[in-house]
Amino acid sequence: MATSTPKPKKVNRLGLALSEYRGRPSTLCAGCGHDAVSSQIMKAFYEMGINPHQVAKMSGIGCSSKTPAYFLGASHGFNGVHGRMPSLATGALLGNRDLICVGLSGDGDTASIGLGQFCHLLRRNVPMIYIIENNGVYGLTKGQFSATSDLGSQLKSGVINDLPPIDCCALAIEMGCSYVARSFAGDPKQLVALLQGALSHSGTALLDVISPCVTFNNHESSTKGYKWAKEHEELLHNIDFIPYFEPIETVEYAEGEMQEIEMHDGSHIRLRKVDQDYDPMSRSGAERLLSKTRESGEFLTGLIYVNPVARNFFDLLDFSESPLATLPQEKVRPGPKVLEETMQELM
Amino acid sequence: MSTQTRPREDLKKKKRQEVVNDFSIQVATVNGSGSQSSNNVLMRAIFRMGVPISGKNLFPSNIAGLPTWFTIRASKEGHAGRKKDIDVLIAMNPGTAREDVESLEAGRVVIYDEKLNLSKIRDDLIYYPIPFSELAGEVVKDVRLRKLIANIVYVGSAAELFGIEMTEVEAVIANWFKNKKKAIDLNVQAAHLGAKYVAENLTKSDPFRIQRMEKTQGKIIIDGNSACALGSMFAGVTVLTWYPITPASSLAETLADYLGRYRMDPETGKATFAVVQAEDELAALGMAIGAGWAGARSMTSTSGPGISLMAEFVGLAYFTETPVVIFDVQRIGPSTGLPTRTSQGDTVSLYYLSHGDTKHVVLFPATMKECFDFSIDAFDLAERVQQPIFVASDLDLGMNNWMADPFDYPEKPLDRGKVLTAEDLERVGTFARYKDVDGDGIPYRTLPGTDHPLAAHFTRGSGHDEESRYSERPEDYTNLMDRLAKKHETARTLVPEPIVRYTKGAEIGIITYGSTDVAMEECQEQLRQEHGIEIHYFRIRALPFTDHLKDFVSRCQKVYVVEQNRDGQMGDLIFLEVKDELGKIRKVLHYDGLPIDARSITDQIMAYERG
Repeated sequence: MATSTPKPKKVNRLGLALSEYRGRPSTLCAGCGHDAVSSQIMKAFYEMGINPHQVAKMSGIGCSSKTPAYFLGASHGFNGVHGRMPSLATGALLGNRDLICVGLSGDGDTASIGLGQFCHLLRRNVPMIYIIENNGVYGLTKGQFSATSDLGSQLKSGVINDLPPIDCCALAIEMGCSYVARSFAGDPKQLVALLQGALSHSGTALLDVISPCVTFNNHESSTKGYKWAKEHEELLHNIDFIPYFEPIETVEYAEGEMQEIEMHDGSHIRLRKVDQDYDPMSRSGAERLLSKTRESGEFLTGLIYVNPVARNFFDLLDFSESPLATLPQEKVRPGPKVLEETMQELM
Repeated sequence: MSTQTRPREDLKKKKRQEVVNDFSIQVATVNGSGSQSSNNVLMRAIFRMGVPISGKNLFPSNIAGLPTWFTIRASKEGHAGRKKDIDVLIAMNPGTAREDVESLEAGRVVIYDEKLNLSKIRDDLIYYPIPFSELAGEVVKDVRLRKLIANIVYVGSAAELFGIEMTEVEAVIANWFKNKKKAIDLNVQAAHLGAKYVAENLTKSDPFRIQRMEKTQGKIIIDGNSACALGSMFAGVTVLTWYPITPASSLAETLADYLGRYRMDPETGKATFAVVQAEDELAALGMAIGAGWAGARSMTSTSGPGISLMAEFVGLAYFTETPVVIFDVQRIGPSTGLPTRTSQGDTVSLYYLSHGDTKHVVLFPATMKECFDFSIDAFDLAERVQQPIFVASDLDLGMNNWMADPFDYPEKPLDRGKVLTAEDLERVGTFARYKDVDGDGIPYRTLPGTDHPLAAHFTRGSGHDEESRYSERPEDYTNLMDRLAKKHETARTLVPEPIVRYTKGAEIGIITYGSTDVAMEECQEQLRQEHGIEIHYFRIRALPFTDHLKDFVSRCQKVYVVEQNRDGQMGDLIFLEVKDELGKIRKVLHYDGLPIDARSITDQIMAYERG
């Protein structure tokens, strides 16, 4: 026993172990898709070597919005009010633009009560990651329809949904979102790659993650359940992400089979085309494809649309590079001469 | 004076006594007709002659076409409250001319566009008909421009009639139009034409006169929204998020202008602030709270409907103990109410805003100086007590013109409150976000981005324990609520104290707050001179109340609480505070949307006094 050397602990570029990206134990239902998403967030942030203290986790209300407590326990978090996480996140970033902001929301929080703030966040291209854990149902209040519930889907009580679902990805593209992706909570490889891409993106990165509700919306007819999703998922690309701090040579992808997009920080995202010649930088192409797959009753996963050079909200505001929150008094309180000048003008 | 109709006998007697530097001029125009600059010229010319003035704009919720009235009150005593009676009417709006003339007291003056033919309406007024548009036509040919220029013609005519010096009129015009030489020349020319016409064609037969005095030297004219904007800038605000609403928009817009002028970092050329016009009031406050949480000095400005929308977020800021400053420039409610009329109707709403047990700090500025000072105090308080701070202004304070002394440069450095940095955490070695370490109910906070293993915490609007972990435990909840109540008690000691004036021999007391105060000096004068009544005076400057209130009530035999809402909301809050002496309290209310005037207060008090 004394002779064996302990296995060296695996750490990232900051010297942090994956365990240091954990949060508190989840209180969600066993098997909840949201917990799988939390795991992939931890993995993505760990692999990218993000320092947890730089992260701000923001959320609204609902099952999904509880999850920031279950990952990155060493980061500040703010669990606000229902449907209004975008404004809190925008404000937090105005206060401290150095924060790496990840927002967690659900389909009710985003597409029902929060639709207005969601749209305006995307319009502004606020630099943050916005994750929708989309299960097409209200979990915490015990299983009511949300605005992404499938048309004709049925509650356990037998009530049928008569309203069409909102496609958050299509809406996001319409609103000018500069990184629109969809994934599935049961596809860790793709999700981690999309999260890493989102971490390198300089505007709003939207991830619509189909995350089945094991309790209220996992029956056979639900398009947000595991069974349905596994059967109908249409992979857009095999996606792999190469962070800028890893040598590019290790990539296995053969030329001709992939499309490379340079992210704002110099890292590259590479998309492997499966059976379509797909250009995620074409907005109209993305809209057409989304519409097509929707018509055929399938959902598209992968990076659906990206504009890596879109001006973000900070560019537009053109404000101080150092966080506004901690500017010293001499920077934010003009001197007596300024007061004198303003008084003179009013005389 | 050929065109003037015969004044009645009593009027002739009255006009022998001159009324100097103590009358009001009301200009009745059409919204959007461009009269704003000429009204300002008239008001500021009187001001430059050393005569105290106030200017009130009574305007409709409309872009163009509806009637609007601008009232200038010249008062040698410096009374700035609304004067009920209009002494001089400048009737430029055909739509309201008849009604405006009919509402005047006998013996008053009407200056009007000749074509309106107003002198036939009554024979107990003094009429000065002037062909404004013809005179304007001598200066410009363009029809639209002629309308604008007609406004400055009446300024010249009024100047000539009441002895306002033309050199001052010219000086204000030059200031107003800054470097636009052509505009200055046109306006000066038009003003002179208006004056010349009066001199050559009319005979003065009214008693009103402006005479140079020395009471405005070194003073400024400003509106409350600008004063709050300046205060916020000197408070070091860094994040302003807002949504347009009358009468609060000009606060945010003026602040954005000032920030653009004075808050660009000379080293980097970048703004030391961020201004965002949000998609609604909810988002406006949400952003401000997010920024406050991140450690920025953040604010929003709104009015009643916005306050209603913000209720939920205010509760979040209260419960998560996040600093934020909210300006409420009050207008008449409920609902849309009268968007361009003044009110103090949000008093109770602000104090208790949001569901559950919530109590807030509300500051009530009553003067331009306080609009400036309290704006600075609000940011210090927000970070000191870590909760939303309301500054309750109103349309009268916020959008009307007030004379004031220039503001003093803030002496106190910014108070950034109990924030622990990484170095602090290293030194202290322990941190619990909601622990009452100092016994004042105010915990310590760390800002997101703080590079220390102890720094992180999870802020939540749900129940939480001292470590900010989710908790449904009964004792965690009650401990938290009791600490928040204790913090409220601490806030009581930090807010601006009331202004209290005891008068020897007085038995009755008057309590006011905010813009109601501006009518009080005049009201006191009326009570003293007309009824021989002296009063003690108490002006509330903040909620929660300080201990002074109970003292005051117990020293008075009777207390009148004067305010501008239907229900006497502050009166109700006072009832709760002085439960043993309820019988002493009487409510004096004014809620028709017009700024309160001294006469209305005096009359109501005397009605009570006579029993």
